[in-house]
Amino acid sequence: MLNVGKIEEGFVLDHIKAGEAMVLYDHLGLDKLDCCVALITNARSNKMGKKDIVKVECPVDMLDFDILGFLDHNITVNVIKDGEIVSKPVLELPKRIVDVIKCRNPRCITSIEQELTHEFILTDEKQEIYRCKYCEEKYDKKRR
Amino acid sequence: MRHLMSPLDFTVDELSRLMDLAGDVERNPEKFAHECDGKILATLFYEPSTRTRLSFESAMLRLGGRTLGFATADSSSAAKGESVADTIRMISCYAHICAVRHPKEGAALVASSKARIPVINAGDGGHQHPTQTLTDMLTIRSLKGRLDNLTIGLCGDLKFGRTVHSLIKSLVRYENVRFVLISPEELRIPSYIRDDVLKAGNIPFEEVRHIEDVIGSLDLLYMTRVQRERFFNEEDYVRLKDFYVLDRKKMELAGKDMLVLHPLPRVNEISVEVDDDPRAVYFKQGQYGVYIRMALILTLLYPERYGLC
Repeated sequence: MLNVGKIEEGFVLDHIKAGEAMVLYDHLGLDKLDCCVALITNARSNKMGKKDIVKVECPVDMLDFDILGFLDHNITVNVIKDGEIVSKPVLELPKRIVDVIKCRNPRCITSIEQELTHEFILTDEKQEIYRCKYCEEKYDKKRR
Repeated sequence: MRHLMSPLDFTVDELSRLMDLAGDVERNPEKFAHECDGKILATLFYEPSTRTRLSFESAMLRLGGRTLGFATADSSSAAKGESVADTIRMISCYAHICAVRHPKEGAALVASSKARIPVINAGDGGHQHPTQTLTDMLTIRSLKGRLDNLTIGLCGDLKFGRTVHSLIKSLVRYENVRFVLISPEELRIPSYIRDDVLKAGNIPFEEVRHIEDVIGSLDLLYMTRVQRERFFNEEDYVRLKDFYVLDRKKMELAGKDMLVLHPLPRVNEISVEVDDDPRAVYFKQGQYGVYIRMALILTLLYPERYGLC
């Protein structure tokens, strides 16, 4: 059994699809934080069979819920203060995401103007469809 | 300040007022001949265009205004690597309104986000071409007397044909409109129109390969050119460019009131023998294009006077 110590302040992201922890790590910019991060992959889970867990010791306002909600809104978020879970915010699909993913359409203006932000708008909440603000190209999550 | 990026930027009521104004312009040109005295229209054309650019310029000149601009990216600072955002900031100092055409999708939206003057999307790659749509709508309304209760055939390059995408998005807002999408497999309508507009809005449509099978049921046939500049692969273009040719024989199968529209330029998709058919209205479209652009310039320059909030 692997033991990872408890944290005083930060967050624990649970029920991450197995193998996705590094994707979250990259998109949340955790490599840029000067804090303790633990990635646990392929942990046993009654609910999912296998899952990943991410523990981050940092001020709680540093977590970008929009990015997290976009990547996987089924993740369980535990916010920790003074060593205790103080809240479990429910993730939602953000209406708009900026500079999280890039438009892959070679005809899009973002392909030639490097200073532009890559903005995607949620156009169909039910089917979780995001489209580039500029060219309306659909973002395919499977190709992430 | 309002811009025009997509025909959907205007409500149905606003579009109706715009088309009413275009009708007034057509009937009473002298009334509007000095409406834009002292105003300048900039035409920023990063890719070649004859009719759209000249139509904009003609519209502004008929209103008493003047024009400046460039006709290719090579003759602008884009050749030196200047961004659209920087160019439009400068143009805002030189003109009162501008029309932007660019090969990249979303370029006009970038321009509108940085401009201090109204920006009109005069075509952004294969994405949107709203003033062509307004032209098409004015043509249909003027010659058919309505924009509802229509069966509309769209034929040719439905994948890259931006005029088709814009037209569908606009006409689904009217009652009882049905689409017949005629194209080869490779040039079928993209999913963001089929799924998000037609299916999502429960709009009746069918997809077919042959004009002959459906032409008899159409109120309008909107022909499009297979555009070489939209293909990365020349072989695909050569294979598909002459897939459809509307000729006199096919027109014999059509109803006596069916109209043939085309955004032009035409290559081979409509035989010249069809030009004299009274149902062929694609050259009249060009005239309506000037009237609707005049109305658009007036509306964006003087929104309160001409009915934009």
